[in-house]
Amino acid sequence: MFQLSTEGLQKVKSELTRYEDKMSAIIPALAIAQKENKGWVTDEVVQHLSQVMDIPTSRINEVFKFYTMFNQKPVGKFHVQVCTNISCALNNSRELADHLCKELKIGFDQITEDGKYTISRVECLGSCGTAPMMQVNETYHENLTPESAMNILRGLR
Amino acid sequence: METKLLTEFYHLDEFRTLAGYKKHGGYETLKKALKMQPQQITDEVKASGLRGRGGAGFPTGMKWGFLPKNNEPRYLLCNADEGEPGTFKDRLMMERAPHQLIEGMIISGYAIGSKKGYIYIRGEYFYPISVVQEALKEAYAAGLLGKNIMGSGLDFDLDVYSGAGAYICGEETGMISSLEGLKGQPKLKPPFPAVQGYLRKPTIVNNVETLAAVVPIIKDGAAAYKKFGTEKSAGTKLFSLSGNVVRPGNYEVNLAYPLKDLIYGLGGGMRPGRKLKAVIPGGSSAPVLTAEEAERATMDYECLAGMGSMLGSGAVIVIDDSQCMVDMLGVLTHFYHHESCGQCTPCREGTGWLNKVVHSILEGRGRLQDIELLLKVADNMKGRTICALSDAAALPVLSFVTKFRDEFEFYVREGRSKVRGVRHAEMHH
Repeated sequence: MFQLSTEGLQKVKSELTRYEDKMSAIIPALAIAQKENKGWVTDEVVQHLSQVMDIPTSRINEVFKFYTMFNQKPVGKFHVQVCTNISCALNNSRELADHLCKELKIGFDQITEDGKYTISRVECLGSCGTAPMMQVNETYHENLTPESAMNILRGLR
Repeated sequence: METKLLTEFYHLDEFRTLAGYKKHGGYETLKKALKMQPQQITDEVKASGLRGRGGAGFPTGMKWGFLPKNNEPRYLLCNADEGEPGTFKDRLMMERAPHQLIEGMIISGYAIGSKKGYIYIRGEYFYPISVVQEALKEAYAAGLLGKNIMGSGLDFDLDVYSGAGAYICGEETGMISSLEGLKGQPKLKPPFPAVQGYLRKPTIVNNVETLAAVVPIIKDGAAAYKKFGTEKSAGTKLFSLSGNVVRPGNYEVNLAYPLKDLIYGLGGGMRPGRKLKAVIPGGSSAPVLTAEEAERATMDYECLAGMGSMLGSGAVIVIDDSQCMVDMLGVLTHFYHHESCGQCTPCREGTGWLNKVVHSILEGRGRLQDIELLLKVADNMKGRTICALSDAAALPVLSFVTKFRDEFEFYVREGRSKVRGVRHAEMHH
């Protein structure tokens, strides 16, 4: 059964009173909970938030399903998101994403056997002048080559 | 040459701290503004000709003027949900000069009579969010936010709200829905946000660059600001240059700056052996220009509108002659299909069909009548929905297919790209 840590619970509670309206806390609460649940959101997570926040699960689910930063499936410890929108595509980001999958022997949105990596293709991340790029969890890596990107990934612990 | 009205000190790391910002004149303009009447500030912004820098280009002072003339509580929202493909200027502004934005927001909040503002930043911008949060802490500690700012009696609170990944939240009513803890679906207008916005209270939504530009306008006055640019496109603008160009990056120039100087001068031109083929001048939603059109375009609202395109967010995407336009359109149709919020039928269904038809061509299954079909579907998506996303999805299709029709026809006939010689084996998304 998923439960927020004491610290996480504290954070969610403070989000509940941070904004003019309590409902504004749903997005931040989902972000806090996802971080504590290995990077994805389950029914249990939603139920727990519903109890803690006193907001119906249907209301939380509607938000959870709408926004792409909330993962509906498990991801690896390092979620690698390669932008494949136009400015990056013009700089071979799609070939970069293919290369990473090939090197790690996985398909898109799958997890490597050791649980470490997931490669996803995503829309514009605002790094168009430093294309191609990838976001690994919360960090941007820019001006990549297939080799430099793999080196970064191999160096992650 | 750049005209660095906003970005003069962006190269200095200290500029992001309160001390460094103050060292270069920071918060002096707020001091000046607090001695002015709120209406005087609004009048100055109106007189400056400042237009929204997020994409729509609506006159900022006029937008403020739509607020009700009473004491009803009202909100100031900063739109930092930068997501228009090709745009990365707001990120730079928040990373390099968070206090410039904060100062612009306090002044703007004072002008419109707001006591509470939010900066809605896209969730992926973890680093900019942390920089802005740190700056807010500094500003509170120095008495620049909160109660009785600089002893003037003015109260203004400012907080950050982090989005969670949705292009549509950059649409101002979509952003309001999101801030209210809902799906980021745009709302029917009227009522406009200035009358009924966040929590049904009067709300002004302005882009990061727009709010930051209020600082120089109040500092030196509207007349000084109007010396930059043209009558209808006043001031400077940050352009995000990306794609197939030697020196991509953000460049602040006068509005009406020649596009070719941006690409070949500041941008360093084409890579060796390559020729310019096309330019998307204002973010992915702006109709594409041919190389010949790009030669004579100037970067202002009226010139680009006259060419059937738009200035948009100021994201200039350069496409060289090694690129296949059918392939690039496939990237864009995929994007709009992914980002349609789903509430209006023409957009929800239309973006899906556009994407399917373009990809059937890319996979070698295209028929000649598909080209007409694309134009017909796109045409039917225009002006029929709650927000502008449907039009934004239709415009690239109409312009790519019309201006580069030979590439589409070749692809259908031969089952392969005219430029690259190959068929795109699988959908790249």
